[in-house]
Amino acid sequence: MNATIYKHEFRARLKSVLIWSLALSLLIGIFFSFFAVFADEAELVNEMMQNFPEELRAAFGLDRMNLASVLGFYSLIFLFAQLCLAIQASSYGFGLVSIEESELTADFLLSKPVSRSQVLTSKLLAALTSLTITNLVVWVASFVSISLFREGREYEPRTLLLLLLSILIFQLFFLSVGLVVSLLVKRVRNVTSYALGLAFGAYILNAFSGVFGDVKLELITPFRHLDSAYIVQNEAYNTNLVLLNIAVSLVALAVSYWLYIRRDIPSVS
Amino acid sequence: MSIIEVTNLTKFYGKSRGIVDVSFSEEEGEIFGFIGPNGAGKSTTIRLLLSLIHPTSGSAKVFGKDVVTHGPEIRRDIGYLPSEVYYYEGMKVIDLLKYSASFYDCDCTQRLHDLSEIMELELNRRISDLSYGNKKKVGIVQGLLHSPKLLFLDEPTAGLDPLMQRKFFNLIREENARGVTVFFSSHILGEVQRLCTRVGIIREGKIVEISNIRALQQNNYKKVSVTAEGLEPAAFDLPGVTNVQTENGTVNFFFKGDINAVLQRISGMQLSDVTIEEPTLEEIFMHYYE
Repeated sequence: MNATIYKHEFRARLKSVLIWSLALSLLIGIFFSFFAVFADEAELVNEMMQNFPEELRAAFGLDRMNLASVLGFYSLIFLFAQLCLAIQASSYGFGLVSIEESELTADFLLSKPVSRSQVLTSKLLAALTSLTITNLVVWVASFVSISLFREGREYEPRTLLLLLLSILIFQLFFLSVGLVVSLLVKRVRNVTSYALGLAFGAYILNAFSGVFGDVKLELITPFRHLDSAYIVQNEAYNTNLVLLNIAVSLVALAVSYWLYIRRDIPSVS
Repeated sequence: MSIIEVTNLTKFYGKSRGIVDVSFSEEEGEIFGFIGPNGAGKSTTIRLLLSLIHPTSGSAKVFGKDVVTHGPEIRRDIGYLPSEVYYYEGMKVIDLLKYSASFYDCDCTQRLHDLSEIMELELNRRISDLSYGNKKKVGIVQGLLHSPKLLFLDEPTAGLDPLMQRKFFNLIREENARGVTVFFSSHILGEVQRLCTRVGIIREGKIVEISNIRALQQNNYKKVSVTAEGLEPAAFDLPGVTNVQTENGTVNFFFKGDINAVLQRISGMQLSDVTIEEPTLEEIFMHYYE
C-alpha cells in the first residue's frame, strides 16, 4: 500500500462518489415517501399488481414482495439501489487501471519506485473507500427514510441490517469482476459502456431467470446471490450463494493481481 | 561498474517485433546516445529497462540489479522523460510535481522551484491548458526533481524551442558533471553529437553499430558542394570521393576520409561558394543500410 497513490486515487474519485451518494439518497428518500400511500391502500395495490403480467412481476421480484409492509416495499427500492451500486462499482472496477492506460498516465505512475502490486493494492483500497462512503450514505438514507415515512408500521431491524450489510460484498463483486475484465481485454475504450453492460447484464440474468431453461445462468449474478426479496422473505441470506459471490470476487481479485503484475503497459503508437 | 547492462534482450508484442537480441552496456557518468528511425525499438528498450513491459527473452541489469525482479528499487534512482508526455489533465503543474516528488525520500521543494525557474515553467497552470512544449517542460522538471543517478531521455527535445533546447542541454550537462549517467534516445543526429560520448545505432529492432561519437563522425561522409567558374568534376579526383554530380557549375560529392585533402585541393581555386555539411540522419542510415 502506498499512501501517496491512495490519496491521489481517492481524490480523483471524490466528485463521482458525492454524485452517486446524492443520487442514491434521493432515490431512496423520494421512493420511500410513497410508502404511506401503498400501505394505506394495500388491497388496491395488491389487486393492481395482479393485473400486471406474471413475467413482469417476476422480473422485479414483485411476486415475492409485499408492498404493504415496510421491508417488502423497501426491498423493491433496494433492488433499484443495487442496480445503481452495481453501475458505480463496475465503473470503478473497469476504470481502476484502464483509465490510467488510455489517458497514458500509466507511464508516469509505473516509472515511480513502486511495485505493480503496491499500485494495485493502493488503487483497490482507494476504490473500496469510495464505495464504502456511498455504502454508508445508503445506510443513513435508508434509516432516515424508513423512520420518517413508515407511518408507525413495525419492521424487523435485523432484516434491514442483513440487506444493508450485503452492499459491501455486492460492490466488491462488481469492482473485482470489472477489474479482471478490464485486464483481460486489450483496451477498455469506454468505461461507462462496459460498466452499464456488466451491471444491466447481471440484473437481466436474474430478472429473466428461467428463460434459459435448465441452464441456471442466474446463479452467477449477485442480483440472485443477494436477492432483496429472498432476504426479506426468509429473513436470512442464501448462504451458499453468498459464499459463491464472495468466492467469485476473490478469484477475480487474485487473477487481476496475476495479470497486472505481468502486464505490458501499452504506449502511444 | 556498468550502470546499464543489456544482454540479448528481445521483445515481441505478440508477433510484431519490438527489439531483437539487443546487447550493450553503459558506464557510470557516460552520456550514451541511442539513435534510430521511428519504430526502430528505442522506446521499447527504455520501457523494458523501466519494466513498463517485460522481456520475451534475454535480460537487463540497471545498477547491477535485474530489472524484472528489482524494479521498484532500481526506479528509486531513475529519472524518466517519455517521448510523449501525458499527465493527469485536471491537476495543476505544482500539484503534479508534488505528487511526483512524494514518491521519493527527498525534500525536493527547493529543487522544484529552481528547475521550474530554469525551464520557465508556470507552476499554477492546469496541465490541460498547457501546450505540447510546456508539457514537455513539466516532464523535464518531473524527471530531474528527485536528483536521479540515471536519466532516461526519450526524444526529449521535440516541442521545445531552440532557446529551451539549449537550456535543457546545459541542464543535462550540469547533471552529467555531477556524475549522473544519461541514456539519450533520439532520431536527431545533431543533438546526439552535441551531447553524447558514445552512441548505439538501432535499426529494425537490432543494434547495427555501437561506437565512439568521434569514430562515427570520422567514419562518415561529409557532403561537399563547391561552386566555381569552369569547374570540372575531375578536379576532385581524390580517394574517398563518391557520388560526384555537376549542376550549373556546382560540383556536389560525398567525401569520406581526412577532410584536409579536400581543403588543400580547394585552396588553390577561385571559388564563388563552398559548403561542407554533416550528412543528415537519413544519409547516415543509408550508410548502414548498405
